[in-house]
Amino acid sequence: MSDFDWLFFIEVLVGGLLSGVMYSLVAIGFVLIYKTSGVLNFAQGAMLLFAALTFVSLTERGVPFALAFAITFAIMVVIGIAIERTVLRPLTNKPPITLFMATLGLSYVIEGAAQLIWGTQVHGLDLGIEDLPFDVGGVFISQFDIFAAVVAAGMVAALSAFFRYTRIGLGFRAVADDQFAALAIGLRLPWIWATVWAAAGLVALVAGLLWGARVGVQFSLSLIVLKALPVLVLGGFDSILGAIVGGLLIGATEKLAEVYIGEYFGGGIEGWFAYVVALAFLLVRPSGLFGQKLVERV
Amino acid sequence: MSVLTADLPVSRSLPGWAGTAALLAVAYVAVPIFGTSYLFEAILLPFLALSLAGLGLNILTGYAGQVSLGSAAFMAVGAFAAFNFNLRVESLPLIASIALAGFAAAAIGLVFGLPSLRLKGFYLAVSTLAAQFFVQWALTKFSWFSNDSASGVIDAPPLSIAGVAFEGPVGRYLFSLTVVTVLTFLAYRLVISQTGRNFIAVRDNETAARIIGVPVLKTKLLAFAISSFIIGVAGVLWAFAYLRTVEPAGFNLDRSFQILFIVIIGGLASIRGAFFGAALIVVFPLVLSRLGSFLLGDIFDSGVLDMSQRIVLGTLIILFLILEPDGLVALWDRVRKRIGTGLRRS
Amino acid sequence: MTIFSKFKIAALAAGIAFTVALPAAQADEQYFPLQSYRVGPYAAGGTGFFGGFIDYLNLINTRDGGVNGVKLTWSEAETQYEVERGVEAYERLKSNPNVAAWNPLSVGIAYAMIDRITADKVPLITINHGRTDSTDGRVFPYVFPLLLNPYSETSGIVNYIAGKEGGLENLKGKKIVVLYHGSPYGKETIPIYELLAQKYGFELQQIEVPHPGNEQQSQWLTIRRAKPDYVVLRGWGVMNPVALKTAAKTGFPVDHIIGNVWSNSEEDAIPAGEAAKGYTAITTQASGAEYPVVKEIVKTLYDAGKGNLEDKNRIGSVYHNLGIVNGILNVEAIRIAQEKFGKRTLTGDEVRWGFEHLQLDPARVEALGAKGLFHSINVTWDNHEGNGYVTFQQWDGKKWNVVSDWIAPDWALLRPIIEKSSEAYAAEKGIKLRTAEDAETATN
Repeated sequence: MSDFDWLFFIEVLVGGLLSGVMYSLVAIGFVLIYKTSGVLNFAQGAMLLFAALTFVSLTERGVPFALAFAITFAIMVVIGIAIERTVLRPLTNKPPITLFMATLGLSYVIEGAAQLIWGTQVHGLDLGIEDLPFDVGGVFISQFDIFAAVVAAGMVAALSAFFRYTRIGLGFRAVADDQFAALAIGLRLPWIWATVWAAAGLVALVAGLLWGARVGVQFSLSLIVLKALPVLVLGGFDSILGAIVGGLLIGATEKLAEVYIGEYFGGGIEGWFAYVVALAFLLVRPSGLFGQKLVERV
Repeated sequence: MSVLTADLPVSRSLPGWAGTAALLAVAYVAVPIFGTSYLFEAILLPFLALSLAGLGLNILTGYAGQVSLGSAAFMAVGAFAAFNFNLRVESLPLIASIALAGFAAAAIGLVFGLPSLRLKGFYLAVSTLAAQFFVQWALTKFSWFSNDSASGVIDAPPLSIAGVAFEGPVGRYLFSLTVVTVLTFLAYRLVISQTGRNFIAVRDNETAARIIGVPVLKTKLLAFAISSFIIGVAGVLWAFAYLRTVEPAGFNLDRSFQILFIVIIGGLASIRGAFFGAALIVVFPLVLSRLGSFLLGDIFDSGVLDMSQRIVLGTLIILFLILEPDGLVALWDRVRKRIGTGLRRS
Repeated sequence: MTIFSKFKIAALAAGIAFTVALPAAQADEQYFPLQSYRVGPYAAGGTGFFGGFIDYLNLINTRDGGVNGVKLTWSEAETQYEVERGVEAYERLKSNPNVAAWNPLSVGIAYAMIDRITADKVPLITINHGRTDSTDGRVFPYVFPLLLNPYSETSGIVNYIAGKEGGLENLKGKKIVVLYHGSPYGKETIPIYELLAQKYGFELQQIEVPHPGNEQQSQWLTIRRAKPDYVVLRGWGVMNPVALKTAAKTGFPVDHIIGNVWSNSEEDAIPAGEAAKGYTAITTQASGAEYPVVKEIVKTLYDAGKGNLEDKNRIGSVYHNLGIVNGILNVEAIRIAQEKFGKRTLTGDEVRWGFEHLQLDPARVEALGAKGLFHSINVTWDNHEGNGYVTFQQWDGKKWNVVSDWIAPDWALLRPIIEKSSEAYAAEKGIKLRTAEDAETATN
């Protein structure tokens, strides 16, 4: 291995880690909802699409960036609360699989509505960040990905602060720990649920914008969830920290595998390799990344 | 939330032997006489294939309590295996190719069922996605599977069993109907057997099942194998009898979700449920689209109509889950009961 | 199964649910069933293509009163690009009378239809795509991959690169990477690139991008390490803009990326923003609204509020113009068939004859108002592609600009490979090869 190109290895690794941040971003949206409601919200992808499409359509009609962001955020909050009221509340105490199917139905509704309202055209989204590579000692690093990582970090910090220092945030943690106990001490669950859905809407918006800028705003944006699912298996459905570390791990291994192992299989293995990584990890260490008491993983 | 599908009623009665016989008589005699080619090609053939797939998944999810999001992958394995057995083994009867395809799907199902030994619930469900992506990738990647056809899409061989050719829409319908009938009967025998009771025991309470001596791990894997066998055969019907072409892209994640919908909407842990669910999933969008273009076709273009249908379909699924979480079977039984009491009263 | 066919009429009369309400059959009409897709992941292509197709049919009706007095009619069924919805649409729409030809613009749907349309004797048009070996009219009498099949596309792209390098002999020692979509479509040209690499002595690396292609970091890093002279993008949908973005991110010059025929639209370039500036792609039909036929469509239809595209900015876009060219080819096939069979409603088989004599030289193309829009076509009974020429367009950040002459693929080189494949298909399916005489007669 004397002629091993370390520079190239580092480049792939860094690229993978940065892609991983993008996966984490989507995964966090899942975690927020799963933690409080126990639902794997498959409509997260559709919400992401809806947010990005709304934002881009507003800016294309001349609405300034900040205002478009605010309007879209407001819409996402309304949608989140509406989902909680009309879909999830009537389904309380139903088997999780039923809830999961309901979110699938929900994704049909949101995707249909997004395209009905804003059309099926593809849009470019320019956040004003130039996507030219930095040259750090021969290693090319994408400016945009660095920016995305910073935004993601900022958002996670804001969310953690919110859940740590505000009343409603503390309520969220109480519900996540034990729903019945939280009810018993008089916490108002509907309020907390609504807040969580609003937060998930914000995550969808931020992730939608960053992904939209990366791949263009179009229908396939909702397929991004497939990249987040192995992250969730690895990191745990209920751990934000798990989503972040899981994302980084998946991003890095997936890219390294594609570059270094992929050629022995003829390439294109990224689609399933992430799942294999997640599974292999769980088989070795069933308690997952952050050894919480996890009933679902034996 | 220890088990995804807790507290479901166990319904394992067929609608009585007389009813079944009448139904089969209609399906075998009346339908072929009066059906149009549209009825066969666009409704009955996909209905039969999806019913069988739903039945297969219901054994895994409804009876044994293991959720899988990889059903379409097992359909693909079945379709491609049948094609290859038929192509590469000289003078192998078609029926043997189909059975072998079922076993191939069962073997793959067994492999991807292994995580079920350690994972549960959504963790397991998401893990089965590995099957979904891996199988699709492998079938596309290695052109041997599609006989090195340049385009990767292959044509189905003619359907014939013991010299009888099943040609045309009616022939292919009768072929599918027979396969589905036989497998449904076997599945019915299975779920009322000791194995079927073991499945339910594992679903309802794994620890309790272990205490009363049910081999939990073996039972889970058996459920994966049997379920995949049936789904694999459904894949053969889908490719050979319905579309007449086999391409990996047709067996994507959306198909897996569709099959899961069939099971949930039809009714978990019910043989009839799969048929109810498949009928709804196949027919309902068609009715909706026909109704839409009939009422509003002059005002909106087909795209707007289709998006509205998507919204309506999603809404109805949600409504249905809220109002009738036990599936169409429960609804059906209630309606029958009500009619029954109504009749007795009069 | 005679017993069943005997009851067919009774069954139809019984009118079991789901039969379509037929439009009142008038004397002279020619009907186009459209399996369109205006929703879903490929909606942008579907709205453009079917918009252009309908616009042209509409133009012929409004301006000329139809083709020699025969009105053109159509109806749409949404497929979302899904095979089984396409089959359902086929079964539903085929019962309409006077079907001229099918134009699904979807490889998957086209494949599922080959057996069916062959039995029904109606032509299936797969312009710019479809099954390469259906070029061989001896084996596939009713399938027409008009203008460009995937093999010709490959040859056209290599010839263009050779032109940039100053001749085919200069390809020796050059390095080309083909980045292809992980699907049967993407893989179809792998052997042809290998063949051409061997013939012209360039170095070749083919890299797969897994579907849907929204992450390509590792592929482009591999490309960066390989340092090729050109990258050919054989993409689809979201994979294209992501490829351009990731290329910029990894520092690969965008003007050395050449897109194939499914990577050549505005929808492929716009989402990539700045990163797409300088990207070049192959096409059989130039984009732009300056061609007389497009101008007439604007004047006759859009100014009267009857155009099909919702967004007028898309007039003259790549897919819209492809739809218009597709309209021209369909209408001209009918016109040519009418010369032989009479100026009346034709059967599908008669329209097939028309397609097999669809010979439009550059003069005729100019007379149709399409000079510069596409070059020419020369379909015969055994060559169903019709030797279409290709050209290359470069994206300037707003629109495509033609940057090459019309280039001819190396048909002579490809024909034996196509015949080998189609003959294998014929042997497998027990199809007897058609002769020129078989092709001359048409059932009515």
